[in-house]
Amino acid sequence: MNQLYQLFIVEIKEYIREPGALFWSILFPILLALGLGMAFSGSSEQDRTIAVVCSSGCDNNTLVPKNETSTKIGNEKIGYTTFKFQYTDWNQAVQMLKQGKTSLVLKPYPNDSISYHFDPANADAKLSYLMLSDYFSNKPIKESEIEVLKQEGTRYVDFLVPGILAMGIMMSCMWGISYRTVDRRNKKLLRRMVATPMKKANYVIAQIGSNILTGAIEASLLVLVTHWVFDIRITGSFVGLVLMFLAGNIFFSGLAWLVASRTSKTQIANGLINLVVMPMMIMSGIYFSYHNFPDFMISVIKFLPLTILADNIRSLFLEGTGINHVLPPFVILSGIGILLFAIGIRVYKWY
Amino acid sequence: MQKDPLIKVDNVKKYFGSTKAVDGISLQIEKGEFVALLGPNGAGKTTLVEMIEGIQKPDKGEISIKGLLWGKNDKEIREVIGLSLQETHFIDKLRVDETLALFASFYSLPKSRIETALEMVGLEVKRKTYTKNLSGGQKQKLALGIAFLNQPEILLLDEPTTGLDPSARREVWDILMNMKREFNTAMILTTHYMEEASYLCKRIIMVDKGKVLARGTLEQLLAEYKNGEIINFEVDSGIDEKVFKELGHYLSINLQENNKKGEIIVESLVNYMPALLKYIEQKSLKLSAIECRKMTLDDLFITLTGRHLTE
Ligand SMILES: Nc1ncnc2c1ncn2[C@@H]1O[C@H](COP(=O)(O)OP(=O)(O)OP(=O)(O)O)[C@@H](O)[C@H]1O
Ligand SMILES: [Mg+2]
Repeated sequence: MNQLYQLFIVEIKEYIREPGALFWSILFPILLALGLGMAFSGSSEQDRTIAVVCSSGCDNNTLVPKNETSTKIGNEKIGYTTFKFQYTDWNQAVQMLKQGKTSLVLKPYPNDSISYHFDPANADAKLSYLMLSDYFSNKPIKESEIEVLKQEGTRYVDFLVPGILAMGIMMSCMWGISYRTVDRRNKKLLRRMVATPMKKANYVIAQIGSNILTGAIEASLLVLVTHWVFDIRITGSFVGLVLMFLAGNIFFSGLAWLVASRTSKTQIANGLINLVVMPMMIMSGIYFSYHNFPDFMISVIKFLPLTILADNIRSLFLEGTGINHVLPPFVILSGIGILLFAIGIRVYKWY
Repeated sequence: MQKDPLIKVDNVKKYFGSTKAVDGISLQIEKGEFVALLGPNGAGKTTLVEMIEGIQKPDKGEISIKGLLWGKNDKEIREVIGLSLQETHFIDKLRVDETLALFASFYSLPKSRIETALEMVGLEVKRKTYTKNLSGGQKQKLALGIAFLNQPEILLLDEPTTGLDPSARREVWDILMNMKREFNTAMILTTHYMEEASYLCKRIIMVDKGKVLARGTLEQLLAEYKNGEIINFEVDSGIDEKVFKELGHYLSINLQENNKKGEIIVESLVNYMPALLKYIEQKSLKLSAIECRKMTLDDLFITLTGRHLTE
């Protein structure tokens, strides 16, 4: 019987027989894309609560609406925002800020003057301020000067799905490979296997190969479902996408192999993986653009492997990128991945 | 030139820090020979066997199998060995036959070997069970089934029957004896059970603290202690140790509870026993227990080490 085939089949069987793993690797990314995609798109109707702190004589202010009333600002083109005014004292208002129930505190004064209190770093608060101050000074939004862009590929889901795809590659390599490795080492199964004439190379190839196959299924399902729901399309080179997918798998398999090369303790492996995975998940621009980070950080973030993977997958999806464009990152990621493997295999503990 | 022995272990040492797990052991095993390694917990049995299996590396000394060395001819050696580790767990959600198929593929064996192995260890009805749902004994049998897959010239089994019920243990013994008859297989088996060692193996090697204490056939080992016989007694008041010397010749004595209780190993029961009983009667001591029996391997072990085999 063929050794490589048997090893491969065993990996696949272990994968499909584990409902928990199936959930995290297949269903979870899809649910994440659906959930976030819906939360941040579509509805142009928004609600904002404004805390109003009333000092003596503020009743004479004719501009600020009364307690518990609402005002709808906007137009057909940019959508409407409903501001709800809630009268309260200063301490309460601060409390509301802390809890995220409001982002803007208003203080009306008798002679129709108003002061706005908010954090200018908060884009949402700034927007509320601009809309309200224009509204109170009677400057209506000019509908005629606004042209709505309906370009595909500029929505949040368009940004999100390629990111989740990249993250999925990282996650299933890191968790899949290291979990199985540590489990088998712990069970003394690895040492039992290498006490036979099994070729270690076959074991390694089967593990990466099966991971690429299952990863391809995970990615295809994600793309199919989001295509169906959000009309996500791959505008660039499909072959390029396959190449990036392979490069991501090779890189993160190599990294997982190295991370799991010695320990037989699940906790240690988990800790190491989180250490590697967490910073990239936060910084590599999976959910939000990393261009909001300070410049000196961006110059580092750009070279994180997950950033390279996500940026290139994203440009293949959204910018119609050709295959030539992704060849350098393909070579770099696969090259480093193979290097990591080489190191991992050297220090790998079979016994 | 003399033919190489099947297995040759030459003054092998393995230390873990200050623990001398294996401290200079040599042994040779010929084709078709069954040898038992007998010793208490921590004696170094597993460490020794795993060095022969190529899983651990000796610090000192040399191991050759069919004249081949670990580190040079690994693949060839592995082809001729079948082994079971002291503990192995398999992939939880892989069925028994799938697990066998995986291991069979490592030896490039035909599918039919899976059936043979299943039959040998009597797991036919469990072929479709996930390994995690096997009982402890069934797991042991699966491990043995895997060891038999390649019908090896050499079996290296580390406590293969620990945890099996008595009838399952007998079954395993029968299987092993069949292997020997059919394939002229050689075997090293580690065990805590002297019954197992003496039933299966002509040669027994007793180890403790990384060293060989004694070796030979069961008869030879016991003869080293001149076929000693053992008297266990208990009386109601202590007897001075000097008295026992005066009563006759003994090999060893072990007194407890202010000399009210004891174990005497003697060369000849018929000489010593009447003298002891007579003394007890003379002194009007009350005898609450007395027992005599032939010395066993376990007794031999205690006299050698002060510890029980199964300790
Ligand atoms: N990897 C290791 N690191 C440190 N000490 C070890 C290691 N392996 C074995 N030892 C020590 O070496 C000694 C021999 O262990 P070994 O497992 O060979 O005993 P054993 O005869 O198989 O015992 P048992 O009957 O309990 O299986 C023990 O004292 C053990 O603690
Ligand atoms: Mg042991």
